[in-house]
Amino acid sequence: MRNRRGFFALPYVVWMALFVVAPIILVVVYAFSAAEGGFVIQFGSLTLHLTLDNFAKMGDYLIVFTRSFELAIIATLLCLLIGYPLAYVLARETAGVQRVAMMLIMLPMWMNFLLRTYSWMSILEDTGLLNQLFSAVGIIDLGNWINSGLNSLCAALNSGPVALLNDLLGTQWALDTARATDMEFFHMINTSGAVVLGMVYNYLPFMVLPIYSVIVKLDDSLIEAARDLGAGTSRVFRKVIFPLSLPGVLSGITMVFVPSVSTFAISKLLGGSNELLLGDLIEMQFTGMAYNPYLGSAIALVMMVIVVVCMAIMNRFGEGEEQAVML
Amino acid sequence: MSKELIRLVDCCMAFDGEQVLDHINLYFNDSEFLTLLGPSGCGKTTTLRIIGGFITPTSGEVLFDGVRMNDIPPHLRQVNTVFQRYALFPHLNVFENVAFGLRIPKEAEVNGKKKKVKLPEREIRERVMEMLEVVSLKGFENRKVTELSGGQQQRVAIARALVNRPKVLLLDEPLGALDLRLRKDMQNELKRIQQQMGITFIYVTHDQEEALAMSDTIVVMDQGRIQQIGSPIDIYNEPKNAFVADFIGESNILDGIMHEDYVVEFFNRKFKCLDKGFAPMEPVDVVIRPEDIDIVAPEQGQLRGTVTSVTFKGVHYDTIVDFKGYKWLIQTTDFHGVGENIGIVLNPDDIHIMHKSEYSGMFGDYSSYSEEYDEMDDVTLLDEEDEEESHEE
Repeated sequence: MRNRRGFFALPYVVWMALFVVAPIILVVVYAFSAAEGGFVIQFGSLTLHLTLDNFAKMGDYLIVFTRSFELAIIATLLCLLIGYPLAYVLARETAGVQRVAMMLIMLPMWMNFLLRTYSWMSILEDTGLLNQLFSAVGIIDLGNWINSGLNSLCAALNSGPVALLNDLLGTQWALDTARATDMEFFHMINTSGAVVLGMVYNYLPFMVLPIYSVIVKLDDSLIEAARDLGAGTSRVFRKVIFPLSLPGVLSGITMVFVPSVSTFAISKLLGGSNELLLGDLIEMQFTGMAYNPYLGSAIALVMMVIVVVCMAIMNRFGEGEEQAVML
Repeated sequence: MSKELIRLVDCCMAFDGEQVLDHINLYFNDSEFLTLLGPSGCGKTTTLRIIGGFITPTSGEVLFDGVRMNDIPPHLRQVNTVFQRYALFPHLNVFENVAFGLRIPKEAEVNGKKKKVKLPEREIRERVMEMLEVVSLKGFENRKVTELSGGQQQRVAIARALVNRPKVLLLDEPLGALDLRLRKDMQNELKRIQQQMGITFIYVTHDQEEALAMSDTIVVMDQGRIQQIGSPIDIYNEPKNAFVADFIGESNILDGIMHEDYVVEFFNRKFKCLDKGFAPMEPVDVVIRPEDIDIVAPEQGQLRGTVTSVTFKGVHYDTIVDFKGYKWLIQTTDFHGVGENIGIVLNPDDIHIMHKSEYSGMFGDYSSYSEEYDEMDDVTLLDEEDEEESHEE
């Protein structure tokens, strides 16, 4: 009876051990081994070839690492820029409006993630919905017209002031005069912009919800107290509301950044083959032609370590605000 | 000696068509400790919030030094508030909480030009430390406010408001969340601070004892109207109507008839009293404080009755005595057992006469003594919760 609580925790402990701890150990072991060669260790019938080769190869994929983190950071910042004001405005609305708005924010999440991303594909395609709309409204013609205008302007500049400058400085500068003037569509799919859009679209609710739930719990009397002490609207926000909503912001950033940096579906569907991200790279090592689970594990491990370090720094930054939520 | 600082002229306030304040006319003097006293929902907090600038009265004027302030937002008013639940900033330590107001650039005249001026860090430090000393919190400046006790948080809240050197400090039931012992200590502390700083305190409470102990002036409110304004002694000894008599202390309130100046009749018997200026044969309310009644042997008494219940209260006994079916509360230090026949003597200065009012007949009858007490407790609890909810709107 004394260990009653421990008894109830047992299923969870087993679950965690089987499905969290064990896979991580497996990934670590795989990351430090190879199919052959290396330092051989024998456990009965199990042979391990320990090596650091996987990490040595990591340099080849530096571009993928930087691109992944870059896009994830951009997507997270965009989510924050869009999500914070939304959450803030929402939290100050009446209960009825809040309920409806929350519903609308959650609604897309009830639909399959892949389906949602696929539909963006058909929206962004060269012959997709958006381009059809643009051409119907005349935006594409407008684009062509602007481009041709810019071309002739640049041509004029090239023969005029730029030529003069080149003469003076002995340089070979020339402005671009070859902008496309016969576009039939805007190229949107298979660009990093489309990938970021997919991330923002899919993960925005994860930014809005934690921020909203912190702000909605903020004690109105704190805001009144700040005003009473002489703070105007912007100061109340900067000195009271924003610092007190930081815990929400931090968990929002975590919840958007982590899935963004490791996604492979979004980049595959909206980024095509141009925008290979870490997620795609890892996936390829396990299912693709380049089958190499050892390298895949090593990449996954490095990514995990970077993310954990980032999050630790972030949370250190937000330390002391934690109590604020509990008040 | 005292100068008028704030005046409310005919202030009315309605929330969703419900009248909360009904033509409040009130002025506040320099260095005065004024208490707005009344039951939950009487409009006292609303009055305070109008002065603080958090709400604008539906009609009437708010004047600071004769200047209309109705639409001036709180951050531009020279008053500061101590909130019911302190409202300290949980992300700042004690020092930064107190310094919050000082760190805000203030408009000031520099070389003839209006400019936003920041206080130098050294001055901020001096003023905060000085104020922490006033509220006896020296050495606490680096503590987190969440680690402080209720009483300490209360002091931080007071220091945070006072450090801005307001002309008027508004206090909204600041001791409500403290236990009895701490409450008594803080009452003395607040009174000391008020006298030391020499500024006006406008204090809101529903606790009559607190009001009597601390105030220079008490404003008794009920149903959005001012019932009586006066010093604690006036309010206690000369209540204007049955509501005030009942709300401040205990009172036996009886129907009487004023025969002529200094003569009142109740229980078919004429008594001498000290009141005059009533119309001949005017029906009046007669107030007799339970502690003023002397119990004597039955044959010596002006009235005779039977003790129906006795409650020991520490300093005295609450004795309920039945006089011809009408029950009085008498507080004496002598014990008289249930069933005992006693007589009472009323001296002229024990009897206080009031004009009839809308409250006549509602208070001052102890016929259902014990039940009334229980109900009263319940009602106060419920009402307080209600009031909080309405505040949040």
